[in-house]
Amino acid sequence: MTTVTAPPGTRAPKSRNRVYRQNRRHVPVLATLGLLICMYVVGVANYDGFSDVQVLLNIFVDNAFLLVVAAGMTFVILTGGIDLSVGAVVALTTTVAATMLHAGWPAGVVLPAVLLIGTVLGLGMGAVIHYFEVEPFIATLAGMFLARGISLLINRNSIPITDGFWTAMAQQRLRFGQGIFISTSVIIAVVVVLIGAFVLAYTRFGRTVYAIGGSADSALLMGLPVARTRIAVYTLSGFCSSLGGVLLSFYMLSGYSLHAQGMELDAIAAVVIGGVLLTGGSGYLFGTVLGVLVLGLIQTILTFQGTLSSWWTKIVIGALLFAFIVLQRVVTRRTR
Amino acid sequence: MTLVRHRLFWPGVILVLLLMSNLFSAANFFSITVHDGHLYGSIIDILRNSAPLILVGIGMTMVIATGGIDLSVGSVMAISGALACLLVNDGVAVLLACAAALGLCLVLGVWNGMLVAALGIQPIIATLILMVAGRGVAQLLTDGQILNVSSPSFKVIGAGYWLALPVSVLIAGAVVALAVVLTRRTALGLLIESVGGSPTASRLAGIQARRLTVMVYVFAAVCAGVAGLIYSSNVASADSNAAGNLIELDAILATVIGGTALTGGRFSLAGTVLGAVLIQTLNVTTVTLGVPVETTLLFKAIVVIVLCLAQSPAFRAKVLHRRGAKRVEVTA
Repeated sequence: MTTVTAPPGTRAPKSRNRVYRQNRRHVPVLATLGLLICMYVVGVANYDGFSDVQVLLNIFVDNAFLLVVAAGMTFVILTGGIDLSVGAVVALTTTVAATMLHAGWPAGVVLPAVLLIGTVLGLGMGAVIHYFEVEPFIATLAGMFLARGISLLINRNSIPITDGFWTAMAQQRLRFGQGIFISTSVIIAVVVVLIGAFVLAYTRFGRTVYAIGGSADSALLMGLPVARTRIAVYTLSGFCSSLGGVLLSFYMLSGYSLHAQGMELDAIAAVVIGGVLLTGGSGYLFGTVLGVLVLGLIQTILTFQGTLSSWWTKIVIGALLFAFIVLQRVVTRRTR
Repeated sequence: MTLVRHRLFWPGVILVLLLMSNLFSAANFFSITVHDGHLYGSIIDILRNSAPLILVGIGMTMVIATGGIDLSVGSVMAISGALACLLVNDGVAVLLACAAALGLCLVLGVWNGMLVAALGIQPIIATLILMVAGRGVAQLLTDGQILNVSSPSFKVIGAGYWLALPVSVLIAGAVVALAVVLTRRTALGLLIESVGGSPTASRLAGIQARRLTVMVYVFAAVCAGVAGLIYSSNVASADSNAAGNLIELDAILATVIGGTALTGGRFSLAGTVLGAVLIQTLNVTTVTLGVPVETTLLFKAIVVIVLCLAQSPAFRAKVLHRRGAKRVEVTA
């Protein structure tokens, strides 16, 4: 780890052997940001009404739950792990919440209860991964089966939510003037992201997360609390999944064991598009936010296009994903 | 004691337990009868139904051995089935149609391999692209509908018999045998493992790491293509949504149950076959035991957890033999 730090106020020279390290780490995120802006400009140029501020805000409104889930996933991936259970935990949370509300429990009890589900499941998976050295991919796959299994067991059908608090949360809009608004879920998601970004950048816990992703052996030898941190990131991801499930149940006003199918892949894609390395140790939560925005913008463009059948939608999403990853790869590589 | 330490011991034990548990509900579970010169029985059924998963699993094992992962196998299955059914319905000879489908899979494999080897994209993301777009391509081929096939010779691939054995089992067996011969009787297996161990080191040692990487993705895609043919022949239709849905997870599970580490560098084909048969047996067992459909996934989760813990050296050291105190920190 030889870090060549440029004196403050000067720009790093562009020669090959004196690359300013901190800056290089920002490149993937900046590349994503640049491409996102390009996509937005293309959208504005091609479609009427695309430049409305609300179009942009709607991406947040429609993806608030994904943002929260992906934030948790970022922590896990930064330690070099992966969490496949998130989609299933989201589904389990909505199912349990809807069932409890249907049985007449007050929202004040249901909310903490469902948040506890994902947290406990995450804690369990983290403990199994750390203490029994089961591969994260497999442990969280088992978690995925477990969570979907339990939610199927509870109820196979979609359960509507009519609770007052839930419907109020679903309809609550924060307005900024003529037709410009965000939902409460967006505020919750933004708060989660801000806290997450602060924790990653400025706390000892955040440093340890990066250190484990860089090399868990070295982290251990440095005396960092590897066990505690590693279990904590899966717990955190479980909590974020549950919170994401709550936000999804605000959005859908229903609980269903088949909600959020494939969301784990969306979350992983968002994290990776945002420039976080799957091997861990490098990346920023801000990148994940951009990743979610990219996925949302792709959907928005497809909606504005409007003429594509469902199979073309999949192909175009794949093609755009490809273009995105390759472009980002090219941009990132050129700076090395 | 050495037997217990063998990496296939616990999967084997669980498989036997699962098979035995079927005896409670179906006394003649293990009986194999002969009708019209064909073998019939629950065991044969399990083998026949696990053929696609064995094929996909073998391909997945090779990819994982190089330290990669292939999420696109399910979509490749769907594309292969869709193209074959489309061509057969258009009057193309069955063999030719299958060859065309496998040719397309080969191209898809090259695509995956190039993304990983030439562009250096992380495998999980590189194959995610085809996973998402592939289902769309399959639906495009069949125009978004389920394409029915009535050709009797196409039906043979998935549901036919040859020499008293199901053709699908024979195909899977042949591919497994081919893979074993190629990797264990030549240096290929060793080279693949060295690429998985360290691509840079193996390249410095003179191994064409990139070419090998592309090859394993092609192999995985073609295996998935064959599995797609078997699946669509078995149900006599091309269903782009159902074909190979979530099979990538089962294939990865089969690979890991069989003792191949996801970090790459070492693989076991026999283990993967055992893993695939185990997963299929699990599916059959839930049906014969009369477990309600809702709890199938739960049942699966519990078996996976038990198996992973039984296989984990750390779990055995900590819980089963409390005195094996000295633990070495192993990290992914």
